[in-house]
Amino acid sequence: MKKQYDEKAPATDPSRRSFLTKLWMGLGVFALAEFMGVVISFLRPRKSKARKGSSDVVITAGPFDKFEPNSVTAFVRGRFYLARLEDGGFLALSHKCTHLGCTVPWVDKEKKFACPCHGSSFDITGNVINPPAPRALDMHPIIIENNIVKVDTSKRLKRSEFRTEQVAYPKKKA
Amino acid sequence: MIPDRLSLFQRIRYSIFPGTVRSAKEARGYRRFFNSLILHFRPRSVPERTLRLTLTWGLGGMAVVLVCTLFATGLMLKFVYQPMPGNAYDSIIHLQNDVLFGQLIRNVHHWSGNVLLIVVFLHFLRVFFTGAFHAPRQFNWIIGLGMFLAALLSNFTGYLLPWDQLAFWAITICTGMLEYIPGIGKGLQELIRGGSDIGPATLSNFFAIHTAIIPACLVVLMPFHFWRVRKSGGLVVPRSPDEDPGNRGESVATIPNLILREVVVATVLIAFILLLSVTFDASLEAKANPGLSPNPTKAPWYFAGLQELLLHFHPLFAVVVIPLVIVLALMFLPYFRYDANTAGVWFASYKGRHMAIVAALTAVIVTPIGVLADEFLVDFNAWMPGMPPAISNGLLPAVLILAGVIWFYLLMKKRYAATDNEAIQSVFVLLLVAFIILTITCMWFRGTGMKLMWPW
Repeated sequence: MKKQYDEKAPATDPSRRSFLTKLWMGLGVFALAEFMGVVISFLRPRKSKARKGSSDVVITAGPFDKFEPNSVTAFVRGRFYLARLEDGGFLALSHKCTHLGCTVPWVDKEKKFACPCHGSSFDITGNVINPPAPRALDMHPIIIENNIVKVDTSKRLKRSEFRTEQVAYPKKKA
Repeated sequence: MIPDRLSLFQRIRYSIFPGTVRSAKEARGYRRFFNSLILHFRPRSVPERTLRLTLTWGLGGMAVVLVCTLFATGLMLKFVYQPMPGNAYDSIIHLQNDVLFGQLIRNVHHWSGNVLLIVVFLHFLRVFFTGAFHAPRQFNWIIGLGMFLAALLSNFTGYLLPWDQLAFWAITICTGMLEYIPGIGKGLQELIRGGSDIGPATLSNFFAIHTAIIPACLVVLMPFHFWRVRKSGGLVVPRSPDEDPGNRGESVATIPNLILREVVVATVLIAFILLLSVTFDASLEAKANPGLSPNPTKAPWYFAGLQELLLHFHPLFAVVVIPLVIVLALMFLPYFRYDANTAGVWFASYKGRHMAIVAALTAVIVTPIGVLADEFLVDFNAWMPGMPPAISNGLLPAVLILAGVIWFYLLMKKRYAATDNEAIQSVFVLLLVAFIILTITCMWFRGTGMKLMWPW
């Protein structure tokens, strides 16, 4: 015997049917959004848990008179340079080029930072001498306590150009 | 045939595949069975003219072969490689020095990956210049572009894995480019790097993308691409400009005419890759040192054109606006309204060929002049001190170049009384040749500090 497959389902209210269809679709979209949310928060980088004030973050550079005026000292572990300006003030400059993040070496002969990747260069205050770098080298805050220079590498200050209030001066000896 | 009378091996075989004892006659039947398997992927017959080497140059088939060798060698490498910054470099050294055929397998993977990019790029050019993006092949052009980007990304993520100086700094500058995307740039960069700097998280991200996500995308997109080819009635049939497009010529059986040619191309290509791998080792420099950027630091060769752009434009334009405009223009290319459907005609028409040569020559002359002028003469930054660099060094030159390109389009159209197929093609050639020249400049004419110099 041949079965009747073409029998229609009992008539239902079309608005109810379309409502249920939309509800299912909505739930599906919601589930997808939830899943994407899980994926994104799974992949999002964790904030590093370095404790504030620990020796990893605040680097003790040394007594301030150890550094000659108009000189630059590299701190490889902290990934920064400590620059002492002619007037005796200090700046802690990140060693990352502001263009694309290459490590910028200090060229003592020409008294400038010269990026090997795209030819940007910066002066001792971090100001751009040569583009393509769009802004001055980033800075780290400097703390000078008891004539000891310390640099907080957990904070990186972006700036467009050098201004005199960015310089940290040691207190004059009484 | 009665199984009892068979030898031991025939009986074992029979126990595995019941009812499959072969007589000489049946063996032919098996051949037919295997052939019909092929015919599930291929049409029974193909137009004879699409078999000509001068239509496809075997490029699509080559790409498939290379993806297969990449999958095979990649799987092998996965058994030895360790995706952790402390171990990655050493595991490559171990692979090369202690594992039998380790260096060879790495070389095959390396060269297949690089040759794949060239092959896919040439395939893209072939499809464009034979007009095979016109209806009904429009969407397949987009799938193809998608796979091209996947291949680029695959090469790029694979570039970091050896964790040597070359890899580390090339990836540093390339992911550094992301920072210039307005709004989402910084977040996207941290997502991809898994932090603010390149480190262990970056390596595991790249490893996952390289060995899982992109292969999975290719496994989906490739059959889609081939299916679209069949739905469009096979390859575009080549014809001379004044021939009737409706004339498809004679058809011949796929087996053996097409299959044999494909096997020949695959064999020659594999031999070539092996030869390359035996002759030239994949490079491995010193272990990555985050404190020391080598001078000069260059992007991988396929991004060299982009890096050259970076030397001339503000990063926002060099890495975001210009590439985005080009990719979008390419995506919409098949959906423009054209004067004619030139599918199957190389360079659209006789006039189109002539215009393409003119455009190529223009680019050969103008691009080096532009590079030199920007290096030594033009300095919008200094001329307009009050202006932010994104405008003086980005928007302004970009608009000037865009105006130049539009002017070129109108000039070509008017000068040759051309259809828009021909004029758009000449703009495509202009930009293509300019891009190739930029790539060459960055690869060979840039030395210490990325200054211009002679390669010798």
